[in-house]
Amino acid sequence: MSDFETVAATEDQAARRGVSGEPGTPNRVGEPQKPRSLAGDAWRDLRRNPIFWVSLGLVVLITAMAAVPSLFTANDPRDCLLSRQHAAPSGGAILGYDFQGCDVYARAVYGTRASLLVGALAALVTGVIALVVGMLAGYFGGWVDAVLSRVIDIVLGIPLLLAAIVLLKRLSTSSDNVRLFAVIFVLAVLGWTTAARVVRSSVITAKEQDYVAAARMLGASNGRIMWRHILPNALAPAIVVLTIALGSFIAAEATLSFLGIGLKAPTISWGQDIDTGRIHMRESATPLIVPSAFLALTVLAFIMLGDAIRDAFDPKLR
Amino acid sequence: MFRFILRRLLQMVLAFFGTTLIVYALMFAGQGDPIQALAGERPVTAAQRAYLTEKYHLDQTGVGGFFYRYLDYVKNLLQGDLGQSLTGRQIGDILQQAWPVTVRLALIALAVAIVFGVTAGVIAGIRRAGIFDNATLVLTLLVLGIPTIVLAPLAQYFLGVKWQLFPPTAGTQPSFYALLLPGIVLGSLSLATALRLTRTSVAENLRADYVRTARSKGLVKRRIVSVHVLRNSLIPVVTFLGVELGNLMSGAIITEGVFNIPGVGFNLFRGIRTEDGPLVVGIVSVLVVVYLISNLVVDVLYAVLDPRIRYE
Repeated sequence: MSDFETVAATEDQAARRGVSGEPGTPNRVGEPQKPRSLAGDAWRDLRRNPIFWVSLGLVVLITAMAAVPSLFTANDPRDCLLSRQHAAPSGGAILGYDFQGCDVYARAVYGTRASLLVGALAALVTGVIALVVGMLAGYFGGWVDAVLSRVIDIVLGIPLLLAAIVLLKRLSTSSDNVRLFAVIFVLAVLGWTTAARVVRSSVITAKEQDYVAAARMLGASNGRIMWRHILPNALAPAIVVLTIALGSFIAAEATLSFLGIGLKAPTISWGQDIDTGRIHMRESATPLIVPSAFLALTVLAFIMLGDAIRDAFDPKLR
Repeated sequence: MFRFILRRLLQMVLAFFGTTLIVYALMFAGQGDPIQALAGERPVTAAQRAYLTEKYHLDQTGVGGFFYRYLDYVKNLLQGDLGQSLTGRQIGDILQQAWPVTVRLALIALAVAIVFGVTAGVIAGIRRAGIFDNATLVLTLLVLGIPTIVLAPLAQYFLGVKWQLFPPTAGTQPSFYALLLPGIVLGSLSLATALRLTRTSVAENLRADYVRTARSKGLVKRRIVSVHVLRNSLIPVVTFLGVELGNLMSGAIITEGVFNIPGVGFNLFRGIRTEDGPLVVGIVSVLVVVYLISNLVVDVLYAVLDPRIRYE
């Protein structure tokens, strides 16, 4: 991974310096942070953007919560006693108890894992599909592009929620893990098109560049040109789109779980908790508000992070 | 133009058969027991099984049998015969009752989006980078980022239950007032998108050559904005709102489910909850057709509205 970024950094800087660049200045290669290696300008912009820092902080917090939920709460989310139904906060349950007598806060914290897992894996699979399809369509053009673009058009024409309902309804009696991967699969299969279009267009721009012509002149194969020269340039916009997609995948998973066709108990997910909280909102609203807030903040964090990065990379949008 | 419409129609027919085939294949075919799949987790009695086998021609096997049944399904779909739900009601009847409610809700949502979204978008576009512009940008980002399953129950709780400004749920014969809050919730997403579209489009058009010409002719700013700029800026917005109307009509599953509005989305919501396979497939099939047609209409509308777009 860092290999491509290094290449990107060198090329990017070379492109920006142009003919009047000082050849003596060392290229900043091998720096691990993505924004800096892809575009120093963007990083300088991002550094001054409070939205970027807030959303990044939230993303880090959420990731930590998903990785080690026991750091954030000492209570067991599955330890439910009907005798404490809608009870007031006590003994570590800082936000009280829900309808089943479970710790509201602990459930929200433990719900992070499933949501983030679905979002991240769906975004990863989406990214792979989008990169392969977009790269092939953009690089080879011609009939490959025509066929793949039509496929994108068709998939884009399928309404996500309706299709997910049909696809997931078949799995009404499956184990937790099957269900989890089915949700990821459905979201990825229906959600890769936007990213593929973005990759395709950035590949089309990148392949006209001089350095690609130079590489070809030096006898590089198609595979090598795509891998080493075009991919690094197509990666940045794709990552931005995928960050935003990650947020919307989390929202989609919660919506499916809310409807009762996504994740099911014993997997803890915000969507289900919002649904049960909603039904009992007249007795106590905290079991509704807490998972709602967690979900909204998580989705917003990813969308705002992607938005901030995109703005930094694309000054035309400002 | 004619050729474009023809080609687009042909594409839609292909998409129609493609999607219905997928819906059909996933729901009924390629699995061990289609009758059990129809019934979900419930047990199926022998009488029901025999009835369904006969009704769906399940005694015919092989690929031929599959297409036989698929064509049967498409034929029924085109004739408006959607079959019965597991509770024995005609799905066509259910939809007939539900549709007017959904259309009313969709129109309220659309009106909210147009009135607030377009107005605020024009203002934000004119005063670009001002306080109003930045505030709307942040607000729309929030609205776009918060999922409906958060927005709808919270609006219901705070505005309906706690402060009692609106009725928290709508009954079987919902009044306009009862549909207002769900309409706003439903329309908020379209509002945010319409606002952003209008803003970008207005800001872009304000820098166009014809605006400079109009200004040098000595026209007042109000006339330039309201006649010249608005006319050109609203093209993408109109297209978007057209797509949205199609989307909104095809069922606000969550909003209708939360606010208990007896529309199409609510019936789908209930069908999913009660594991009513035929009801879900029937509604989804109709919704897919609505979606495809509304996309077609919008594409054609776009070509008519914007003469700069030329289709070969």
